[in-house]
Amino acid sequence: MAVIEHHETIPGGEVYLSEASPRDFFELLKPRVMSLVVFTAFAGLIVAPGTINPVIGAIAILCIAVGAGASGALNMWYDADIDAVMSRTAKRPIPSGRIRPQEALAFGLALSAFSVMILGLAVNWLSAGLLAFTIFFYAVVYTMWLKRSTPQNIVIGGAAGAFPPMIGWACVTGGVSIESIVLFLITFLWTPAHFWALALFKMRDYDAVGVPMLPNVAGEATTKVQILIYAVLTAVIAVVPTYLGFASIGYGLFAAALGLGFVWYSVGVLRMPEGDRAMVPAKKLFAFSIVYLFAIFSGLIADTLIAALGWVS
Amino acid sequence: METVNLTESQKKARRGRNIALGVVLVALVVLFYIITLVKFSGGMAG
Repeated sequence: MAVIEHHETIPGGEVYLSEASPRDFFELLKPRVMSLVVFTAFAGLIVAPGTINPVIGAIAILCIAVGAGASGALNMWYDADIDAVMSRTAKRPIPSGRIRPQEALAFGLALSAFSVMILGLAVNWLSAGLLAFTIFFYAVVYTMWLKRSTPQNIVIGGAAGAFPPMIGWACVTGGVSIESIVLFLITFLWTPAHFWALALFKMRDYDAVGVPMLPNVAGEATTKVQILIYAVLTAVIAVVPTYLGFASIGYGLFAAALGLGFVWYSVGVLRMPEGDRAMVPAKKLFAFSIVYLFAIFSGLIADTLIAALGWVS
Repeated sequence: METVNLTESQKKARRGRNIALGVVLVALVVLFYIITLVKFSGGMAG
C-alpha cells in the first residue's frame, strides 16, 4: 500500500506509478555505444606514455563509461519525440512508455555529475574537464543543436564519440598532445562513413522525422562520394601513429591493410546503383566499419603491450 | 488518508529499483574507500 500524496499524477487524475525496471534504466545508457567508448578510452590509457595505478585506471574507465552512458540518457530524453517514430529507436525506454522523460533527464544529469566529479577526484581534473566537455558536446551541441539543423550533424557531433581515447590519454599523462589528437582523429574521421552507411539504408526513417541526414538532404550520390572521402582520410590517419613513432611498423602495416578494406567497402557503396532498395554494400560497409574501429584500437593496444613486454626489440 | 494498491508488476519493479539503488550506493562507498586507500598509499610511498 502506498500513500497517494507521494506520487505524481498524470492528466486525467490517475496516479502515476512507475513500472520501470533497473534494466530499463541501463538501456538508457546505450550499452553498445558505451562498449565502444570503454574500449577506445582503454586504448588511450594503454597507449599513453607513463603509468597509472591499475585500480585508478579501472576507476577512470568506469567514470568515462558512466559519463558516456549519461550523455546517452540525456540524448534519449531530448530525442524521445523522434525516437518514437523511427523503427530503429521506437522500442527505447521513453518512447515505449517504460520511463518518463523527467526520470531520464534526472538520471542523465545525476550520472554526469557523479562521473565527472569522481574522475576529477580520483584521477585528474583535466580528464574530468574533457569528460564534462564530451557530455556537453554530445547532449547539447550534437543532440539539441546540430542533429536537427544541419546535414553535417554527425561530422561535428562525431567529436563526442572521438574524445574517449583522448580522455584515457589525459588520465595517464595529465595533458593533451599531438599523439592523443591523432587518436581522436581516428574515430572522428571514421564516424561520417560509419553513420552515413547506416543513414543510406535507414534514409526513409530519418526522412519521416525530419532529421537532415546527408542522404536525405544532399542525395545518395553526394553521400557515397563523401563516404569514400572520409574512408580514405580515416585509412590515412590510422597509420599516422607509426609515422609519429608511438606505434610499430607492424601496426602500420596492419592499419594500412584494414584501411584498404575500409576504402574497398566504400567503393562498393559508391558503385551501388541509385535507388537500390536492398543496399547490401551499405550494410556491409556499416558492419565492417564497426570491426574496423575495434581492430584499429586493438592493434594499438597489442602493439603497446608487445613493446612493453619486450617481445620486439 | 487516501491510498492506492500497487499491482504485482509495480511492486516487482519498485523492489528491483530499490535493490539496484542499494547496490549502487554500496558500490560508491566501496569506490571511495578504494580511492582513499590508493591515494594514501601513493602519498606514503611518495
